[in-house]
Amino acid sequence: MRHIASIGKHLFLIIASIVSLFPFLWMIMGMTNTSSDIVKGRFSFGSNFGANISNLFEGSPIGDAFVNSLIIAVIGTVLTLLLCSAAGYGFEVYRSKNKDRLFGFLLLSMMMPFAAIMIPLFKMFSQWGLLNSAAAVILPTATTAFMIFFFLQNTKSFPRELLQAGRVDGLNEWKLFTHIYMPTMKPTYAAAAIITFMANWNNFLWPLIALQTPEKKTLPLIVSSLASSYNPDYGIIMVAIVISTLPTVLIFFLLQKQFVQGMLGSVK
Amino acid sequence: MGGKLNKSSLIGWQFVLLPSALILLFSFYPMIQSFILSFESGKGNVSEFVGLGNYSRLLSDPMFRQALYNTILYLIVQVPIMLFLGLIIAHLLNQPNLKFKGFYRTAIFLPCVTSLVSYSILFKSMFAVDGIFNKLLMNMHIINEPIAWLMDPVWARVVIIAAITWRWTGYNMIFYLSAMQNIDPSVYEAASIDGASKFRQFFSITIPMVKPIILFTAIISTNGTLQLFDEVVNITNGGPGNSTMTISQYIYNLSFMYTPNFGYAATVSYAIVIIVAVLAFIQMKIGGEKK
Repeated sequence: MRHIASIGKHLFLIIASIVSLFPFLWMIMGMTNTSSDIVKGRFSFGSNFGANISNLFEGSPIGDAFVNSLIIAVIGTVLTLLLCSAAGYGFEVYRSKNKDRLFGFLLLSMMMPFAAIMIPLFKMFSQWGLLNSAAAVILPTATTAFMIFFFLQNTKSFPRELLQAGRVDGLNEWKLFTHIYMPTMKPTYAAAAIITFMANWNNFLWPLIALQTPEKKTLPLIVSSLASSYNPDYGIIMVAIVISTLPTVLIFFLLQKQFVQGMLGSVK
Repeated sequence: MGGKLNKSSLIGWQFVLLPSALILLFSFYPMIQSFILSFESGKGNVSEFVGLGNYSRLLSDPMFRQALYNTILYLIVQVPIMLFLGLIIAHLLNQPNLKFKGFYRTAIFLPCVTSLVSYSILFKSMFAVDGIFNKLLMNMHIINEPIAWLMDPVWARVVIIAAITWRWTGYNMIFYLSAMQNIDPSVYEAASIDGASKFRQFFSITIPMVKPIILFTAIISTNGTLQLFDEVVNITNGGPGNSTMTISQYIYNLSFMYTPNFGYAATVSYAIVIIVAVLAFIQMKIGGEKK
């Protein structure tokens, strides 16, 4: 009886794992097949890999898109880390009634659906003449109440004695932040960097509105437009999907611990 | 002492001022602008004040009703299925001495690293009429004729729900697993000695113990589903005949696909704001009662 229960358990988990992994196998096989084979559900490796790659690079600005995505994700992540960690540090280390009130108010922004703010944002950036630039994509998402909250929560476990020791050594308040807080909180920064990078790398709706010309577009926009064309070539699309998925899969496997910590960090 | 405290509080403001200003500028200010816009109507940047005109139009707009219906359908069907699946998987993975635990956990979590656009298109390709999924079902003799998944209003919604569940179950599972690992194993041992079955233990021990996390994941999932956009645009583009369109997509279409009417789009967006606020209130009530 115990034996049967154990087999049942494994059977369930094996099926769940196969379902989870199947689309990955499908995408890797898809890279080597022609579009018509993919749409006909061919489940084996084909010989169209080279053609798919050269068609993708010749027929779409995929190289530009990769660079654009990288620039936006990296600059966006650095900005987010600087701004949100400073705020989280300020709200927690220099607590005061008014700052608590302000923070509580800022948290309301987490409940604002993006669809409700995107039109005024679009008008704002068009007035500033910044549409169709990386800045337009980066600026609105650089500071989030969620990330400030994340740093604030983690700052609770930061040893305050270190700051006192730094003051004795004659460091000013900003130096305490950059020379003591930042190095001590490296794991928190790493976790925050991973989730922010992922969110920036995969962002779709706002870049879709803010970026208009093909050479400015990011990977998700190019992948989406390849797939929504009148006669989509799935062989090419699969290569594009792998290119846009590979960096995040790599980050996950190399930094699994920080990755999970980053996800869970806000519920501690 | 008082003076010193004031000084340090003043320095604290330097750290929070710029980030707070940016959130006010890029979230709160647009929220207000959007509210003002919702009383205006017109094409593109030329618009005039119409009072509650947009709001009365909203009430009799069949497309809005369809989008609202779809969004709520996704919410009440998909979120419970996904959270329950996540709980069961986390519970199974939390058993001591389970073999291949690391493999299962990594495999089931892996969908979370894909971009929403990419996995949506993968699903679109797998659910083609002659595609791999129909082929699989026909080989297993579950169906005799291929199903036109994305051409049928009901099946198209099923595909979207299945896709979202594939992408997010592992994400929720990780939250539950970390909560379950904090439960003292002796609680289960005591229950076993008292003769409680595994089934009983799951419902009487595990679920009550992780309830706060279930509430947390329910709130994020609800918020995410109400704003659903990427999947629907990339799997069905709202079709066939708007039968899968969500509110976010309708707002996008009103602003950037049809003849742009920012005023009316802003009105529709306030419908989501109201739903989010109401649901958050209900969920906070439920969460607050326990304390």
